[in-house]
Amino acid sequence: MQFMLLFSRQGKLRLQKWYVPLSDKEKKKITRELVQTVLARKPKMCSFLEWRDLKIVYKRYASLYFCCAIEDQDNELITLEIIHRYVELLDKYFGSVCELDIIFNFEKAYFILDEFLLGGEVQETSKKNVLKAIEQADLLQEVFFLCCLTKAIGCLGEVWEGS
Amino acid sequence: MPAGWRPSTRMRQHWPARSGPRGEGSLHGDGCAVSVIGGTRTSLVFSVSPRTTLQSQFLLGEGGKSKEAEIKRINKELANIRSKFKGDKALDGYSKKKYVCKLLFIFLLGHDIDFGHMEAVNLLSSNRYTEKQIGYLFISVLVNSNSELIRLINNAIKNDLASRNPTFMGLALHCIANVGSREMAEAFAGEIPKILVAGDTMDSVKQSAALCLLRLYRTSPDLVPMGDWTSRVVHLLNDQHLGVVTAATSLITTLAQKNPEEFKTSVSLAVSRLSRIVTSASTDLQDYTYYFVPAPWLSVKLLRLLQCYPPPDPAVRGRLTECLETILNKAQEPPKSKKVQHSNAKNAVLFETISLIIHHDSEPNLLVRACNQLGQFLQHRETNLRYLALESMCTLASSEFSHEAVKTHIETVINALKTERDVSVRQRAVDLLYAMCDRSNAQQIVAEMLSYLETADYSIREEIVLKVAILAEKYAVDYTWYVDTILNLIRIAGDYVSEEVWYRVIQIVINRDDVQGYAAKTVFEALQAPACHENLVKVGGYILGEFGNLIAGDPRSSPLIQFHLLHSKFHLCSVPTRALLLSTYIKFVNLFPEVKTTIQDVLRSDSQLKNADVELQQRAVEYLRLSTVASTDILATVLEEMPPFPERQSSILAKLKKKKGPDTATGLEEAKRERSAAVNGGPEPAPASAASTPSPSADLLGLGAAPPAPAGPPPSSGGLLVDVFSDSPSAVAPLAPGSEDNFARFVCKNNGVLFENQLLQIGLKSEFRQNLGRMFIFYGNKTSTQFLTFTPTLICSDDLQMNLSLQTKPVDPTVDGGAQVQQVVNIECVSDFTEAPILNIQFRYGGTFQNVSVKLPITLNKFFQPTEMASQDFFQRWKQLSNPQQEVQNIFKAKHPMDTEITKAKIIGFGSALLEEVDPNPANFVGAGIIHTKTTQIGCLLRLEPNLQAQMYRLTLRTSKETVSQRLCELLSEQF
Repeated sequence: MQFMLLFSRQGKLRLQKWYVPLSDKEKKKITRELVQTVLARKPKMCSFLEWRDLKIVYKRYASLYFCCAIEDQDNELITLEIIHRYVELLDKYFGSVCELDIIFNFEKAYFILDEFLLGGEVQETSKKNVLKAIEQADLLQEVFFLCCLTKAIGCLGEVWEGS
Repeated sequence: MPAGWRPSTRMRQHWPARSGPRGEGSLHGDGCAVSVIGGTRTSLVFSVSPRTTLQSQFLLGEGGKSKEAEIKRINKELANIRSKFKGDKALDGYSKKKYVCKLLFIFLLGHDIDFGHMEAVNLLSSNRYTEKQIGYLFISVLVNSNSELIRLINNAIKNDLASRNPTFMGLALHCIANVGSREMAEAFAGEIPKILVAGDTMDSVKQSAALCLLRLYRTSPDLVPMGDWTSRVVHLLNDQHLGVVTAATSLITTLAQKNPEEFKTSVSLAVSRLSRIVTSASTDLQDYTYYFVPAPWLSVKLLRLLQCYPPPDPAVRGRLTECLETILNKAQEPPKSKKVQHSNAKNAVLFETISLIIHHDSEPNLLVRACNQLGQFLQHRETNLRYLALESMCTLASSEFSHEAVKTHIETVINALKTERDVSVRQRAVDLLYAMCDRSNAQQIVAEMLSYLETADYSIREEIVLKVAILAEKYAVDYTWYVDTILNLIRIAGDYVSEEVWYRVIQIVINRDDVQGYAAKTVFEALQAPACHENLVKVGGYILGEFGNLIAGDPRSSPLIQFHLLHSKFHLCSVPTRALLLSTYIKFVNLFPEVKTTIQDVLRSDSQLKNADVELQQRAVEYLRLSTVASTDILATVLEEMPPFPERQSSILAKLKKKKGPDTATGLEEAKRERSAAVNGGPEPAPASAASTPSPSADLLGLGAAPPAPAGPPPSSGGLLVDVFSDSPSAVAPLAPGSEDNFARFVCKNNGVLFENQLLQIGLKSEFRQNLGRMFIFYGNKTSTQFLTFTPTLICSDDLQMNLSLQTKPVDPTVDGGAQVQQVVNIECVSDFTEAPILNIQFRYGGTFQNVSVKLPITLNKFFQPTEMASQDFFQRWKQLSNPQQEVQNIFKAKHPMDTEITKAKIIGFGSALLEEVDPNPANFVGAGIIHTKTTQIGCLLRLEPNLQAQMYRLTLRTSKETVSQRLCELLSEQF
């Protein structure tokens, strides 16, 4: 896979992931062109299209379009299911995910994507394993928080004892 | 996960700017920036009704704010963050993270961010996971590879990789995989394979390491060294953890494409893994089963890996065939679920299976089954499946085993062309019709494509025109049909008919006597239409100018009527077309003396003689003068019928390929098609028309005269039509006789004569330093006549192009008699290479077309730098290079007298140092040197042992790279 874009029906880009080195200018150009092309397509049309020398696979979920660019020999249908699995992961994590979840928690959306896809290839297809990794990371955050808390309490204790 | 975790609270918790404990100046605190975002609260998966909350209504209600307001708000926020970063007070980790996160958010909204990188890099070395995580995210999204921060980033990554903390290692690996720059490859390409194959690495880290390495290999293949680790990576296919197998399969597939030998053993492992998946019950694989399909992603990847190799040995092959049959059988079973995910996943595996069957192209039974399966999909209600079936069938059509089976679906495909509502599906149908076309169905397919063309989308018209033109020519039994088809093309889609198409029809008409009368009659009739396309005027003008006499007997198309018909279009046409028509008129003067005065009147009119366009004016003046002063005999000679064109590959084909983009797959498909065309009765036998020597004035008709002819008397030299055709990659001549011998002579020397025949001499002078070189090629014209359109071309195979970069400028297209022109080729050796570039020279001498190819002696040993070393060093290094792959040995019979001095000179000429007093046997020769390439330097040691009695040599090469040893040994063995 060369890149993945998430954008809204209004054409606002919500998430972008590039697996090939491109300049910012080029990225913007591609995004503009693709968003336009995909939004112009009618609902019953097929989910694949040829674009430059790539194949575009896209699917719409509610207000969001998920759009992947794959190479000539890549498998379109399995890419469609990559998209679906990603949506499932987001859904499971956020609990009935919606566009705003992705906007406000974009970093989570990226972390989940990194656990699922890396370098443009599927890394882990098990829903359980991906979410476990993300939850572990969340837990790590809690632990740090608790550590800080106990430290703070410890300090307080010293202050009490000292007085 | 902590109990009682709720997504909505988490949302707040993770978005510090919204309600963080120190949310002053928050970007989102006032809802204004949110309005900028828009966005809806509709659940993505269960999209029944929008989940509207008070909050979201508020947010969305504000959505109408202007773009300026957004920019203003964001600039204010950026200024705030900048002042925080620049402030005297050192920011704590939390604030730093908050602001970096905000910057990222602003960037993702589509604004440029030009600061904050340093703060993000600082976060990398934080011990707090979230800070580190945001730091890495920022780097992944915003740092481009040439940033000067890369050293600092690499340092942080190095620490995390060494931390043995799997979470930190994961973050670091993700960052490398996301950025994937060359600097990162330099820093980590050696380290990651170790992590990947280490026994104590956690599964999740292994997965990341595999894909990280894959990314680095894609960006900088030269920096990822193959080694012992490769065999251990192959064995990851046996790993218990399916996630590890999935990641490893991707890596192996990519590596195996470039290094098939190294990963050969993966074939049998992949087959047995696939077999286990295919036969497993849907519950066996637990979480790796996706909507009742066992491990679809892994299956697809394994099938893809197998496509890097030819069909395996019989034992493994049987097992694989069983797998493929099982998958085909399963496709016929009723679905286990009605969900589209089930059918997609199942069919993804099925399509990949079919790809593999097509790739192997060896089991007729499987190919026909695949074709039948696709036939079912052609009428499936899912648009996606119809699309893919059409696409996949295109490749099946090129297999001799399934071509006939594909053809049985012609009616369905034609129907798809007429009824599909989606243009991309119709496009696939056109492609398939093109692929399944052969002589038996060409008339039907061409007719269908023509009728589709009338309503086709503008975006695909040009491609259809090209395809029709190619099919019509390729499968024409009757050339009248061909002429009709092309004229129809021009009528229906004149704007999309490129020059190549109408040049080609003229070329064919001129070369075939049997169609000339018909063509003249048909274009004459077509020109009767009140509005006809300019392309038709061009074709009509040209053909009537040549063959108008063939229909002049009919009073309805008498010379005068022909002339008036053409001239009635004259004023509506563009300058190039008018120029062409003027040439037609002068040809008429020769063909039909009775219209001479009429034409002279036209030429003499002010609108011609004083035309503002130089080209038109010049033609009018010259043609008028020619018609006045020249005798009938001279006119007849000068304006003789065009001689047949030399046979060439149709340039339309090249145009179609170019349109499809530089896509190797298309080229391959085309090559396959050619092969299959041979099976279906072969391409049309080339009309027998060797280019006879035409009269020197035959080129008078300067066609398509876009560039103004050089000032001076006619005839303007250079057949322009011919020039146009020679732009296309016309067939390259086979290597000239003796080319191989000459090539071998240059292995040990740099200067001399490479090629010579009666017309042309090619001399070489070259110099090489490290991995660079420069070659002067001298082309000498040995005759007293000019060479015209003299075009030398350097041809490198795709493989060679990657490893050897050649740069040169075109030479002057005319070489005067007795003159010599020089061409400089700048050479860079990127990596070691085996083949040699071909130098192809095409030119016109007199009237004949000359085509010469020779092998250009740029060989790997040219990049040799001699290295002197003592005996002890030599043998120490010799021992270090003791792997069986590193050594190549050849025992061969002497072809030349075994003279010690000559041998020494050759070894030195070869480029290596000749080491004296190293070998204990003084009769032996040893040499050492370094091959310089852009990417690496390869140390080489060689030893040559002559056996005078047997008149034999034994040559041993040891280098650190197998291909280098192999190539050097081949090259040097030829020398003695």
